[in-house]
Amino acid sequence: MKQVPALKIDGITIGQSLAIIEYLEETRPTPRLLPQDPKKRAHVRMISHLLASGIQPLQNLSVLKQVGQENQLTWAQRAISSGFNALEQILQGTAGKYCVGDEVSMADLCLAPQVANADRFKVDLTPYPTISRINKVLLLEAFQVSHPCRQPDTPPELRA
Amino acid sequence: MAESRKPILYSYFRSSCSWRVRIALALKNMDYEMITINLTKDGGQQFSEEFQALNPMKQVPALKIDGITIGQSLAIIEYLEETRPTPRLLPQDPKKRAHVRMISHLLASGIQPLQNLSVLKQVGQENQLTWAQRAISSGFNALEQILQGTAGKYCVGDEVSMADLCLAPQVANADRFKVDLTPYPTISRINKVTAGLEAFQVSHPCRQPDTPPELRA
Repeated sequence: MKQVPALKIDGITIGQSLAIIEYLEETRPTPRLLPQDPKKRAHVRMISHLLASGIQPLQNLSVLKQVGQENQLTWAQRAISSGFNALEQILQGTAGKYCVGDEVSMADLCLAPQVANADRFKVDLTPYPTISRINKVLLLEAFQVSHPCRQPDTPPELRA
Repeated sequence: MAESRKPILYSYFRSSCSWRVRIALALKNMDYEMITINLTKDGGQQFSEEFQALNPMKQVPALKIDGITIGQSLAIIEYLEETRPTPRLLPQDPKKRAHVRMISHLLASGIQPLQNLSVLKQVGQENQLTWAQRAISSGFNALEQILQGTAGKYCVGDEVSMADLCLAPQVANADRFKVDLTPYPTISRINKVTAGLEAFQVSHPCRQPDTPPELRA
């Protein structure tokens, strides 16, 4: 697919972030990234897919290149806002401390990077109080060490 | 009790995402009710207040089942797999499951969203064909390569899986957008095989309650 991420693990290579995460969950099951209850798992996956296929692909690098530089900001803002409008509504029914109930799940892993993209594209987050609240709570160490500002390839001017 | 009612699928005949779920329900021999949502009539019935309350994404498919409503076709299919586990739509082996999901996601997030109705509306009518062809070709280039390593009779080995459910509707879209499939012999071969399966046939866009007469099989 000529895209990141790809994970080489246990003798295979997996592309597609959610396929990678589900494999990690199935082979290294603790701590959990998906709840035990099938209905809650459905909610986690619905939110994850909303983010990973309903928003992110529409504002990724290769699509933005295609729409042309003068249109990029509007295009990205539109993709993110319409997705976040829907997500904010869905979270009314599913969220506790995190996207689904009170345990961190794959949904939260998808949310935080998309909120960072929203900031980057100057999307006003005021209409999305639940999204903002959950994102603030995601100050867990796993989210900090994985942040774009702390990676080996982070440019100096963006480094934390 | 709400939980004992038949599941309700909100579907549009031509929606490739809806078709994936229709195939899954057919493979699992599940009885369900269908409510059709016309994506182009009345400005798009998916934008009605009623439907938006049901699925805030304002998209099909949505499945009302066991007292909950699920949007996102792959989330629906994984729920069906977990609650109605036979026949299987995902293999038992975790590495094969990873391949099934990788292919499914390549199709469901790497190709389809880039050529769906609302994006094509945004790019403008004169650009639509080129845009859609580009999204599909670049995705199929990658998929053809991946299938070299995973495919048997079907996308992953010799059992039908969620990956095949995602492939067939995307090939139909490729035909619709006049994408030349000659560079993708594995994709074409698998699509021909699945086209012969009953579950893929009964769920086909040309046989739905909302299929327009001129497109009906």
